[in-house]
Amino acid sequence: MAALIGKSVKRVEDKRFITGHGRYTDDIVLPRMCFAALVRSPHAHAEIRGIDTADAKAADGVVGVFTGQDIHKDEVIGVPTGWQVDFKNGDTMKEPPYPVLADGKVRYAGNAVAVVVAETAGQAKDAAELVSVDYNVLPAVTDLAEAIKDGAPQLFDDVPNNVPFDWELGDKAKTDAAFSAAEHVTTLEFTNQRLIANAIEPRCSIGEYAEATEQYTLYTTSQNPHVTRLLMCAFVLGIPEHKVRVVSPDVGGGFGSKIPHYIEEVLVVWCAKQVGRPVKWTAERSESFVADAQGREHVTRAELALTKDGTITGLRVNTLAGLGAYLSTFGPCVPTYLHGTLLQGLYTTPAIHIDLTAVFTTTTPVDAYRGAGRPEATYLIERVVDQAAHELNLDPAELRSKNFIPPFDGVNEPGYQTQVALQYDSGNYEKVLRRAMEMVDYASLRKEQEAARAEGRYFGIGISTYIEACGIAPSAVVGALGARAGLYESAGVRVEPTGKVSVFVGSHAQGQGHETTFSQVVADRLGIEMADVEIVHGDTGSVPFGMGTYGSRSLAVGGSAIVKSVDKIIAKGTKIAAHLLEAGEQDLEFADGKWTVKGTDKSLAFGDVSLAAYVPHNYPEGLEPGLDETSFYDPANFTFPYGAHIAVVEVDMDTGKIELKRFIACDDVGNVVNPMVVEGQIHGGIAQGVGQALLEGAIYDEGAQLLTASYMDYAMPRADDFPIFETDRTETPCPHNDLGVKGVGEAGTIGSTAAVSNALIDALWCLGVRHVEMPFTPERVWQAIQDAKSA
Amino acid sequence: MNIPITVTVNGEVHQCEVEPRKLLAQFLREDLSLTGTHIGCDTSGCGACTVLVDGVAVKSCTLLAAQADGTEVKTIEGVASNGTLHPLQEGFREKHGLQCGFCTPGIIMTAMDLLEQNPDPSDAEIRHSLEGNFCRCTGYENIVKAIRYAAEKMR
Repeated sequence: MAALIGKSVKRVEDKRFITGHGRYTDDIVLPRMCFAALVRSPHAHAEIRGIDTADAKAADGVVGVFTGQDIHKDEVIGVPTGWQVDFKNGDTMKEPPYPVLADGKVRYAGNAVAVVVAETAGQAKDAAELVSVDYNVLPAVTDLAEAIKDGAPQLFDDVPNNVPFDWELGDKAKTDAAFSAAEHVTTLEFTNQRLIANAIEPRCSIGEYAEATEQYTLYTTSQNPHVTRLLMCAFVLGIPEHKVRVVSPDVGGGFGSKIPHYIEEVLVVWCAKQVGRPVKWTAERSESFVADAQGREHVTRAELALTKDGTITGLRVNTLAGLGAYLSTFGPCVPTYLHGTLLQGLYTTPAIHIDLTAVFTTTTPVDAYRGAGRPEATYLIERVVDQAAHELNLDPAELRSKNFIPPFDGVNEPGYQTQVALQYDSGNYEKVLRRAMEMVDYASLRKEQEAARAEGRYFGIGISTYIEACGIAPSAVVGALGARAGLYESAGVRVEPTGKVSVFVGSHAQGQGHETTFSQVVADRLGIEMADVEIVHGDTGSVPFGMGTYGSRSLAVGGSAIVKSVDKIIAKGTKIAAHLLEAGEQDLEFADGKWTVKGTDKSLAFGDVSLAAYVPHNYPEGLEPGLDETSFYDPANFTFPYGAHIAVVEVDMDTGKIELKRFIACDDVGNVVNPMVVEGQIHGGIAQGVGQALLEGAIYDEGAQLLTASYMDYAMPRADDFPIFETDRTETPCPHNDLGVKGVGEAGTIGSTAAVSNALIDALWCLGVRHVEMPFTPERVWQAIQDAKSA
Repeated sequence: MNIPITVTVNGEVHQCEVEPRKLLAQFLREDLSLTGTHIGCDTSGCGACTVLVDGVAVKSCTLLAAQADGTEVKTIEGVASNGTLHPLQEGFREKHGLQCGFCTPGIIMTAMDLLEQNPDPSDAEIRHSLEGNFCRCTGYENIVKAIRYAAEKMR
């Protein structure tokens, strides 16, 4: 049996997807199922004076119409947030309820007001049009700086200035002192714009209630079915968790937008009980745009203190973070503990301080979007570092090298303690940058750039080096930081009597290929065929309590849980084999799927031992029958993937259009189980990161109407927006998990945005352009060129 | 008032009555249980619902079922023959051209149309032909490789 770890095995899940036999939530049809349509507020901020549902109730096919008054009288409060971040002064986070249906006020355009259930989806939508809501429209607020001013429209009476919490991290006095002593200070003010995840599968939820057994089932498009079940049962509906099964079948992309527990999930379950029939809701794309949690939205002032020769001595950050109208599941955590804690970057910066204010606006709630906080941190650091290099007339690569944390493996050398709470696990940062520079042939390209300028052609070379915290996370650590959950992962490994293996995992793929990589891990460790391993996920009825897939955690945390269970299987199998082979356990070795008495040809195959475990006629005394083990793995630390990305862009000076000519990525995600899958994750991540730089952005008008609410208006990256991605890796094992893996799901997105931004500024610096806000539309770039020329 | 239609889907003739407003995509999914055709948007923007109508790639959310009367429709379920994968399907697996799989059926149908018209497309032509199909997972590069794989295999 050849080793499977490190092999580009073709994906086992592909066959069903390429033949049209994937099973997504919307594909599920239940007997007597009816359909829900939501009445959503067209106004961003309004009081509800009254709701008239009479016409809707009388419409064809309508089974029921419900408003906030109906659902909230049952002591249903609203969907909770999973993270508590208290104010700097110790005051408790302001946590206004996020009602399932509006509680007399709407706070964003798209806020759900009522739900109509009907025989067909068409009838439900028709009847929803007949619900008449009397709104008293209030002023909206979208600008973060405006929202915190006295006199700004207030979303909640008990959240003054629309600030649910503020937060700081790092040593303020030390950082201020570094700035007082600085020989050079680089300052940048910028917006990290709001984005929309746009998983191609719209969200969908089906609720079902069986009165005879009092059992509920929720089928839903979720990255974390157990988390959804816990939140819904314990905090929203108050229904018994053991009577609720949450099933998330194939999920058509998530990117963070399918982490939160959404009001629609609550509604279909609650409605199913009210009407006594299964109820399905499927988002239209226009609903996805306004009702899926959105991402990013920081307004930041970043200052970097340096010596004249380019040694970084301090980083000072002030950020306003937009949270939208309500606290979403991970909303408070993303701009704080997934952002501020990464501000060390790859550098030895000795003094760092961030001061952050979270802000409510009358817009769709914000939560995790691929990278979640870490792309914002990387963009901030890498833009300001690059800017400093330009200002000091130093090569951006050399300035980075000069300040890199020296190599450490986390075994012989200790982990690196940052100024912002985290301890990095292992890394050789110089190596990834050197490799990326080799790949792009940096020195020649700089010469070419100079020659091109002489011809009036402007191209730029942009570098971004990044680090991210993945493998979230040690439960005790995150608990101390305000998480209301542990962040372990679970895995059960059941060896069937015939030696086939079923693996039940708490992780849940949305395209990551877990069925392949997890099978590789199990088959490799047990020395059996991959075809003899089945991965089961996405069903609380069969898998142990799991925390789900986000934060690039599945292999590092979920995979480690699998390894723990497999090792327990091998340990128990060794006891059984020793008994059957009449040898001491210490005299056996397990390899290639069999137990052998060392130095002899006496052996027992895996399947013989599994059969003995279930037919224990000749069996070790006192040992339980069966070969079935479950483990929970709580990581010792985060994992810290890192890398270097280089973008080459050329600017059309007449139109401002940017062409991305080359994109180079050298990433270190620790050990790799399946290089093909890893490269695919990097590709997809780059596309989203480049998408932010060049194309994407959620734009609200002054009345807080989302203008980019269709594919005609929100610029999604298309196939011809990209060059071939040139990728490579270094492999520095994670020292604190058995697989040595760090995680790859978000790396491409985290690293790539700043590379493109820095390339644009590198192209235009000589003209006097100092910063352009994303996305770099031709109009914006052209205007920046004109402004610089006329300055 | 429902409208009677006769549509041949993947070689099978279906005589049905459909609501006038029913889209072809809904007809395939709801009336024929062919759920391999996915609906990703309501503006014909994403291409997930692409099928072949009389051999031409069409976004099935753009066409009313009633308009498909008398046509031959091919969906992703009809692409493999007798259990043998089409070279495009093979290409997507070989080149890791899919991740979550949601956009994949639409992209395969679009690519079938492309290769019918242009058996030897350049990478730029492949990328151009995918203008109407979104993939949020792959960054498109492996999709281009998958289509090129199929083109080579089919020549």
